[in-house]
Amino acid sequence: MHEEILKVNNVSFRYAEQDVIKNVSLTLHRGELLGLVGPNGSGKSTLLKLILGLLPLRRGEVYWFGVPLSRFREWPRIGYVSQKASSFNTGFPATVEEVVLMGLTAKLGLFRRPGRRERRAVEDVLELVGMEEFKKRTIGALSGGQQQRVFIARALVTDPEVLILDEPTVGVDMRSEERFYELLEKLHRERALSMILVSHDLGVVSQKMDTIACINHELFYHGTAEHFRDVQDEVVLKTYGREMQVITHSHAYGSHRRPAFEACWDDQRAYVRGESDAPEKEAFKQTEQGRSSMQATRAEKEEPTLVGGDQH
Amino acid sequence: MIYMLTHYAFVRYALIAGLITGVVAPLIGSFVVVRRLSVIADALAHVTLSGVAFGILMGTISRTMGLVDPVYYGTLFALVAALFIEKLRNVYRFYSELAIPIILSTGVGLGVVLIGLAHGFNVDLMGILFGNILSVTKADLVRIAVAGAVVIATVFLFYKELVSLSFDEEGARLSGVPAGTINFIFSALIALVISVSMQIVGILLVSALITLPVASALRVAHSFRSLIAYAIIFAEISVILGMTASFYFDLATGGTIVLVAVGILLIVLLAGRVRQLVRA
Repeated sequence: MHEEILKVNNVSFRYAEQDVIKNVSLTLHRGELLGLVGPNGSGKSTLLKLILGLLPLRRGEVYWFGVPLSRFREWPRIGYVSQKASSFNTGFPATVEEVVLMGLTAKLGLFRRPGRRERRAVEDVLELVGMEEFKKRTIGALSGGQQQRVFIARALVTDPEVLILDEPTVGVDMRSEERFYELLEKLHRERALSMILVSHDLGVVSQKMDTIACINHELFYHGTAEHFRDVQDEVVLKTYGREMQVITHSHAYGSHRRPAFEACWDDQRAYVRGESDAPEKEAFKQTEQGRSSMQATRAEKEEPTLVGGDQH
Repeated sequence: MIYMLTHYAFVRYALIAGLITGVVAPLIGSFVVVRRLSVIADALAHVTLSGVAFGILMGTISRTMGLVDPVYYGTLFALVAALFIEKLRNVYRFYSELAIPIILSTGVGLGVVLIGLAHGFNVDLMGILFGNILSVTKADLVRIAVAGAVVIATVFLFYKELVSLSFDEEGARLSGVPAGTINFIFSALIALVISVSMQIVGILLVSALITLPVASALRVAHSFRSLIAYAIIFAEISVILGMTASFYFDLATGGTIVLVAVGILLIVLLAGRVRQLVRA
């Protein structure tokens, strides 16, 4: 059995008398690719913030590399690309090189300035993500997909053992999404990184990840992706709270891959809970994004209709 | 002007104090602006007013308290206010900008009451509000130089932490940057810069010297380092041209410095527009 990198034991989080996270337990082993999926507002980002210590952990336990969260200090071993990375201040006058160097701030410690070795590390990691030729460009001048690569480079520059990505493909085009997943495979192959990928795209995650955790405030599934595909209907019903038919179609990125399956629905309206910024942002919103992100169709339909998703 | 510089110490003091301010104000302003906290300098400057008024009032009550320069009280008040702003920003997480008008109005209200209480004290209120660079004494210059050196050294020491927190506070916190400590230091630096700039441009114009050169620099900078460099260059041009113009045309120095900074901003905006038209 591979070493346990992350252990989450019965973690709960309440906000405004509501259970945002309820008794969730997870493990991540060395080299494992874990997909954390669930509808919008299901508490995925909140769970991430709890295990990363960005929200106070009041109930349950989290261990990083066997060390309780409260005593864990080796944060450079963990690379994190937050959902907010896609909504940063694009007017910030920083070059790509400066942004990636920021990833080394804590590792260097107070009073130490980046030297030749650190600049070499920045160049290496920019080469790894295919952005070396953009290092003198300002971050705001890049496309969404390129910015995403820079943020991944920033997370990788400390040579972490785990990479955590919170909704990394939000706001990037299909071609960039394809290149993004190619990059993840490369990182996993070349650096043996363990990863947690938070997404609401069930189809992609179930194809790309080793293990899946389905969450909608509580955990409905945690196991291998292979087993997930056998029990997906039952899991999706429990997680999303409605009967759905999972359909398969080839995803835009890579026709050489097995066809990805997406859950699709044909509701005119989808209600999702906005959780991107903070758990207290509880107001239910009617959004187009919810409709397209769920990409689920009702089981009773004989010929499922994709709503909002890309049909390839 | 050269004659004045060589023959009158107060002109030299004024110029050196202005040049120091021209470095530290845009230096800290670069971080203030990219953190979208431009108004914070204004709020803290108004609190400094109440601190100065408190210092003067104390001087009228107690001789011992009167030995302390009122500017130090102003700095202390600004520092405490900066901490309150941080607290209030957490209390009103979704209306964090509310913290600034709350502190600003408290500062003005307290300042007015304290000035009223100490009625009769002999103080150049106009000098506090709009600056009086020619009143800089040798002792003032030493204070300004020490405060300026502290600001520059601190930014140099914590540069990478300040940049990381300014760009992505959550990411910086997660990677292990001591955000609480650095934010406290940042607030203290703003308070120090205000105390340095107060005598040069006055409380009402301090935020202009902190933000205007940075606003111009944002249009031409291609990296964060170049933002700081351009902002300092623009601020120094404003100080030198502003002082020279005020000397020759007998204008209020603080206001003239700020107007030159506004002029630079207009030129930069115009140049950008011309460049766009040429490219098109």
